[in-house]
Amino acid sequence: MESSIAIRMVNITKTFGEVVANNKVCLDINQSEILALLGENGSGKTTLMNMLAGIYFPDSGEIFINGKAVTIASPKIAFDLHIGMIHQHFKLVDVLTAAENIILGLNETTVVDVKHVREAVKEICNRYGFVVDPDKKVYDMSVSEKQTLEIVKVLYRGADILILDEPTAVLTPQETQKLFCVMRNMKEDGKSIIIITHKLHEVMEISDRVAVLRKGFHIGDVPTSETNAMKLTEMMVGRAVSLDIERSVPVNPKPKLVVKNLTVCDSDGINRLSNVDFTAYGGEILGVAGISGSGQKELLEAIAGLQYCQSCSSIEFLPEKGEKKQLSGMHPIDIKRLGVALAFVPEDRLGMGLVGSMDLTDNMMLRSYQDGPGPFADRKKPKQLAETVVKELEVVTPGLSTPVRRLSGGNVQKVLVGREIAMQPQLLMSAYAVRGLDINTSYNIYHLLNEQKKRGAAVIFVGEDLDVLLELCDRIMVLCSGRVNDIVDARTTTKDEVGYLMTYLKEGKTNHEQKA
Amino acid sequence: MSKKHEVASREPLIRMSKRDGIPTWKSIGVRLIGLALALIVCAVIIYSLTKLNPLKVYAAMFKGTFGTNKRVWVTIRDIVMLLCIAVGLAPAFKMRFWNIGAEGQILVGGIAAAACMIYLGKSLPSFALIVVMFFGSMVAGGIWGTIPAVFKARWNANETLFTLMMNYVAIQLTSFFVAKWENPFGSNTVGVINQMTKAGWFPPVFGQMYTLNVIIVAVLTVAMFLYLRYSKHGYEIAVVGESENTARYAAINVKTVIKRTMAVSGAICGIAGFIAVAGASHTISTSTAGGRGFTAIIVAWLAKFNTFTMIAISALIVFLEKGAIEIASQFDLNDFVSEMITGIILFFILGSEFFINYKIRFRGGKKEAGK
Repeated sequence: MESSIAIRMVNITKTFGEVVANNKVCLDINQSEILALLGENGSGKTTLMNMLAGIYFPDSGEIFINGKAVTIASPKIAFDLHIGMIHQHFKLVDVLTAAENIILGLNETTVVDVKHVREAVKEICNRYGFVVDPDKKVYDMSVSEKQTLEIVKVLYRGADILILDEPTAVLTPQETQKLFCVMRNMKEDGKSIIIITHKLHEVMEISDRVAVLRKGFHIGDVPTSETNAMKLTEMMVGRAVSLDIERSVPVNPKPKLVVKNLTVCDSDGINRLSNVDFTAYGGEILGVAGISGSGQKELLEAIAGLQYCQSCSSIEFLPEKGEKKQLSGMHPIDIKRLGVALAFVPEDRLGMGLVGSMDLTDNMMLRSYQDGPGPFADRKKPKQLAETVVKELEVVTPGLSTPVRRLSGGNVQKVLVGREIAMQPQLLMSAYAVRGLDINTSYNIYHLLNEQKKRGAAVIFVGEDLDVLLELCDRIMVLCSGRVNDIVDARTTTKDEVGYLMTYLKEGKTNHEQKA
Repeated sequence: MSKKHEVASREPLIRMSKRDGIPTWKSIGVRLIGLALALIVCAVIIYSLTKLNPLKVYAAMFKGTFGTNKRVWVTIRDIVMLLCIAVGLAPAFKMRFWNIGAEGQILVGGIAAAACMIYLGKSLPSFALIVVMFFGSMVAGGIWGTIPAVFKARWNANETLFTLMMNYVAIQLTSFFVAKWENPFGSNTVGVINQMTKAGWFPPVFGQMYTLNVIIVAVLTVAMFLYLRYSKHGYEIAVVGESENTARYAAINVKTVIKRTMAVSGAICGIAGFIAVAGASHTISTSTAGGRGFTAIIVAWLAKFNTFTMIAISALIVFLEKGAIEIASQFDLNDFVSEMITGIILFFILGSEFFINYKIRFRGGKKEAGK
């Protein structure tokens, strides 16, 4: 069996400052195998893989490739050893074509033969079932196409060992299936694949073996056929976690937000949202499903006053007491002045919801720094809030004065959600609230949303995982090309129905548009 | 391929890793070592090029800066001037607004001060005149700084080019007023304004010419420190500088913040122009700013917008300039040697920032270089 081991990592340790990211990790990867690497946020999965890809260098430990001791000091050496990594954030040049991206950085001294590259790309595509247009510019590509291009890129460079860091986080269910199909083809071809993911059902579906990391330690690995989601969760978290999402029946639902005719144009004059009508009720979670880019971002930003909406649009907010308030055409400043407690957890956490270089206390102030008299900002209350959030949501951080950029993805999200919930919102909007988060943190977030629902807030939950949407939400609004295709009851609908609504616009909807 | 594997199986000679943080005493230590190394390297170069005793050259630099009581005060005057401009630039750069226009803002501030001296010198009592000059320069500099900010906020005009071009407009404007106020006729300079009455000149405080300069700049330095670190405005500046999206999300009016911050930045640079005219040269010319608007950018960035750190950096830069002039004249060297020394010292100071942020490890050993 010795010969079939492609990579053997022995006692790998890596520390960042005082944080031990990997502690004496031993891991074997066989040839023709799909290994799933599982672990919570910050358990050291990506760090471990970055050491294989030559991005980090281990403090101690040894790596053997095909039985030979190697030192991977740079990504270049990793390539020479036929290791290729597809990162979570794509490393492509937007203004170049697919073919140009593939040959970029290869340091070919001869004149680049684009025709040859095209043929080689075509050959790779045919072998594994990819679809890549070599002449398409990257900026014209969808997320899924970009990812395919990244995979073709590493295959073109001769990779035999592929590392995929959360490849499905940005894909629709259909695209994920396509990716898995390609992965199986690559496995048949003798390649070793390591996939990092949080989604247990995907682990069960695609992998041959599962290795689990927890807090930098290698907990163990098991053949996929001998385990199940419950057991894996227990290995990951260290204790049993219930995988059921609670869903209470909405109590006394009252309309909180009435949206009519919401239409948003982008800078090119293309309608991102057309005539969106819906009502969000207090004490209810309204799910929003749709293929990425169907208008989810614009919808939430329009309500929050960050998107300019057409004059026909109406966004009415109905508070507990007092008159209804028109939010359409307002800036966030106006909405704040109206006293509308509107919490918004945006998709881009560090680019919109938080300031990466600021510490926890200063980030807590983001919504409330104007409070209090005088020209100076009060930092006492935000500090208390930061302490409470860290304690109650179990944020792992060296201290309150740590820049949030240094925290792991899950902890960043906890800080953001914690702050938004602290404002006692009447309307809570969240976009991809659990993207990239591990199981334990995800369930914490679901729990927090449920608490807000019980408090009587209207919760709008934009999600991508249909299983979660079906389990968590009360109603699901399905967006398709910027239109509301339908609003379905989450308790009675099926995954297939929602999936169908995401991709096929109903007849009546297009007619409606033509009339308008 | 196997050859490559052999290469690959060797650990790299030098590796660097980012530090998680470094105690203050250590970071100061690294900087001091950097400075010491810079002096040693300079010494070697001085000796090999000129065969002069480097210690004597350093002594001359020191003497040029602090040699006499008057020199000490001139040095202090120049330090606070540079510091004042850097303090003015701090909010703009913290907002990631590339204000390259300090030169112009200083000049219009200076013009405003000179105009007050010339037209109001006889009619106003000295104290009132200085107050009017102060506010006049502040408003002039503020307007000069706000113009590019308005264009940036409205039409997203590139502020780097805009502020830079505003410098040339200010220089032309200065030339116009120099011609207008020419004295004596034909000299093409304004000459010393109010030489007899000394109206609008900073009065000596505690028997020293430049005490008022120090007081004004000290107040500005402390105020700016508090403004940036503790005020609501300072918080807004930091958020806008980091991400405009986040700022809009947080209900910050980005356009207002840009305009307001540039008004503050320009106003303080305008005050620098006032100090240059009323507290130092008592005249106005196109070289009143003298490139200090650019040097101050280095000061502001090196200090990471901490106005107290700026004091030390301004002092160092002025010391190097003064010293360089002194050794150039005393040893009959040309300016290039002194500029080389300045360059080497700045290089090592910037280099020590690298060692403060990164750790270097060598192959094989557990030896960790502190430097």
